[in-house]
Amino acid sequence: MTRAPKSAAGVARPGFAWAAPAAVFFLLFAMAPLVLVAVLSFANWDGITEPHFNGLDNWVALIHDPVMSQSVWTTLLLTALGVLTQTPVSLLLGVWAAGHQRNRAVLSAVYFVPLLLSATAVSVVWRAVLDPNFGVPAQLTWLFGDGNLLGSRSGALAVLTFVGVWQFTPLHALIYQGGARAIPQVLYQAAAVDGAGTVRQFIHITLPQLRNTVITSMVLMVVGGLTTFDTVLILTQGGPGTDTTVSAFYMYQKGFKSYDFGAASAIALVLVVVATLVSLAVVKFSGYDRMRGTAEGL
Amino acid sequence: MRGRPNYLAGFGSLIWLLLVGLPLYVLLLATLRTRADYSTEGPLGLPAQWTLRNYLTDLSNGFGRDFLNTLTVTASVVAIVLLVVPPLAYAIVRARGRATGWVFRLFLLGLAIPAQAVIVPMFYLISKAGLYDHLIGVILPTAAFCLPVCTLVLTGAMRDISPELYEAMAMDGASPGRVFRQLVLPLSKGGLSSIVVFAALQAWNGFLFPLILTQSDSTKVITLGLYEFQTEHGADVPGLLSAVVLSMLPILVVYLFARRALVQGLMGVGGK
Repeated sequence: MTRAPKSAAGVARPGFAWAAPAAVFFLLFAMAPLVLVAVLSFANWDGITEPHFNGLDNWVALIHDPVMSQSVWTTLLLTALGVLTQTPVSLLLGVWAAGHQRNRAVLSAVYFVPLLLSATAVSVVWRAVLDPNFGVPAQLTWLFGDGNLLGSRSGALAVLTFVGVWQFTPLHALIYQGGARAIPQVLYQAAAVDGAGTVRQFIHITLPQLRNTVITSMVLMVVGGLTTFDTVLILTQGGPGTDTTVSAFYMYQKGFKSYDFGAASAIALVLVVVATLVSLAVVKFSGYDRMRGTAEGL
Repeated sequence: MRGRPNYLAGFGSLIWLLLVGLPLYVLLLATLRTRADYSTEGPLGLPAQWTLRNYLTDLSNGFGRDFLNTLTVTASVVAIVLLVVPPLAYAIVRARGRATGWVFRLFLLGLAIPAQAVIVPMFYLISKAGLYDHLIGVILPTAAFCLPVCTLVLTGAMRDISPELYEAMAMDGASPGRVFRQLVLPLSKGGLSSIVVFAALQAWNGFLFPLILTQSDSTKVITLGLYEFQTEHGADVPGLLSAVVLSMLPILVVYLFARRALVQGLMGVGGK
């Protein structure tokens, strides 16, 4: 490490050398690929021979590709469905788990199990559970009808949304649990003195106090939703037809199945731009950037 | 949160219990029955005959090798994260230079980069570097994509150390290295365990980088093994689901014995 520059108070402070290894590593394996993806989106590359530039060809093809525009809408739809379903469930579950009752602690241990499974494992399990011939629908025909949930567009979208809730709720519930525990108990005691019940306390104290947490969690959901890949790959393969072909999956198909890596790079760039814009919009729209800290409004 | 029971919350939580419990019930029971039993009896009833053969078959079909590969990836990713993130966070919190501020902004920007977006250039770079189909080729990008969250969490933890403690050590003429070892590291244990939990889970459950950066059996990790099992022998549901159970077993053991650390760790990730 470099010699320490001394500050006015004589306190030895770390130099830039302390930050350098992580910075170099990150530049090499995360930032460089990001720059490279932009470059490759203007090139033709089959994955074997050297890439060569082809100007705007990939972009022109992409704009005229009906599957691409469909995939963008499907991605946005699934993201919106994800945020709308996961937020209420994880908010309620997280606030519930924040209580210090003994039974809640025990049940929470079970509730958070999906957190431990990889997206791959989650998808594999649900695919087996929902199999129309050998899964649960075959046994509960009164509930599922013919049981071919993944056979229609609406059914497949519903399954992907539902599996999203199952898979991501525990993480977001945990985030809300942390947020809810940080709310000063005084507020609840004061409300109880005023005769406010549980529901009113939830609406007038818990929700406003969790504002920042809601935004953090929503940004994570949005970015996660826009980049949905594993569940689509394993549960639907983008089908039926191209009905659930989300952009990340379409990119994978273009690149690693059709060996058109230039087109895949263009899709990737669209993905990055959309993800960044939507996250910024959430932050802006919610006024997060103007907020100063969780203590605000106390 | 008050003393009297909240029936509405109780009812809601029971529904969630059912939703979480049902697939786990099917998962566990399916692994304990024969393939024929699963197709005739269906997933919900109890097995006509209990068996452990599915697990034994998986273990003899290369699960052990996948397991070791995943273990190697996970241990290496955690090691890299522990090696580079604490000094970085220390510099971000304590250094005065402008360069460190830029590095911090770089990592904040990195939070918004989804791994999916870089798989094509990553494939290009890793192939060019001759690391395609080597575990190290999976380890490096996986670790890199853990860095932004880990840096943010650990920086948050280190900011909580009071300035008086630094000044006290400065009185003794301590160098940055000694301050780091004797003050910063011991006082950010919570943050350190958070980033270990986060990085380990990311690496253990990682799928995308192994999917595009490896192809042989000798470099296969568990998640990729599950995916291939599903595409090649998807009809053998008991065998497939046994592999799922085996894949989550180590995390489940950690969960049982260190649930508090794990949950606190993930809560720390979300809270910052």
